[in-house]
Amino acid sequence: MEVLLFGIAKDIVGKSLLRLDTSENLPTSVKELKQTLVSSFPQFGKLSSLAVAVNSEYAEDDVSLKQGDEIAIIPPVSGG
Amino acid sequence: MKKAIVEIVDVIDTGQVYQELSHPKSGGICVFVGAVREFTQGEEVVSLEFEAYRTMALKEMEKIAMHASDQWQLNAVVVRHAVGPKEIEEPVVVVGASAPHRDACFTACRYLIDTLKERVPIWKKEFFKNKSVWVSAHP
Repeated sequence: MEVLLFGIAKDIVGKSLLRLDTSENLPTSVKELKQTLVSSFPQFGKLSSLAVAVNSEYAEDDVSLKQGDEIAIIPPVSGG
Repeated sequence: MKKAIVEIVDVIDTGQVYQELSHPKSGGICVFVGAVREFTQGEEVVSLEFEAYRTMALKEMEKIAMHASDQWQLNAVVVRHAVGPKEIEEPVVVVGASAPHRDACFTACRYLIDTLKERVPIWKKEFFKNKSVWVSAHP
């Protein structure tokens, strides 16, 4: 499973693409993905907000993650 | 005919927006331009940089443009954001609405910029003399 990282999320992880190994328990939902991230990188827990996009749409915690989905971490946005 | 222009670009040319919004049925055109400010909370910004999740940002900008267009019966709408390194006074975002009367275009313009700031996955990093900060990342 690959996760796209932007903004501060990229700085926290140290790269723009995070590969979650298939030998680990892969997150099956947005909620699990957030939990995995916060436990691996506690700095995610300190952000003002943490959103996830699945196939370039904002996804709520109960959305399930499927193989082939484009998954991205959306830290607090600051455009404009 | 309705027109929506949604773009992410490297450099914004503020001169083109009037032509894009001009319409025979529009008596009012309202444009907001966001620019790089020199000071943020008393600290001098040297430069800044915008990064976008391009596919999703364009989708969200498109949704905002379409919603505004329907809600306020706009004749034309522009939502354009810049990415990459930016200097003080450089324009970084332009939104605009074109409508028969001014009330609709003022209200739509406000909606366009406010919703863009709230939802569109674009991130601003400010560079100060001794540090750099992703804006709004922390409470």
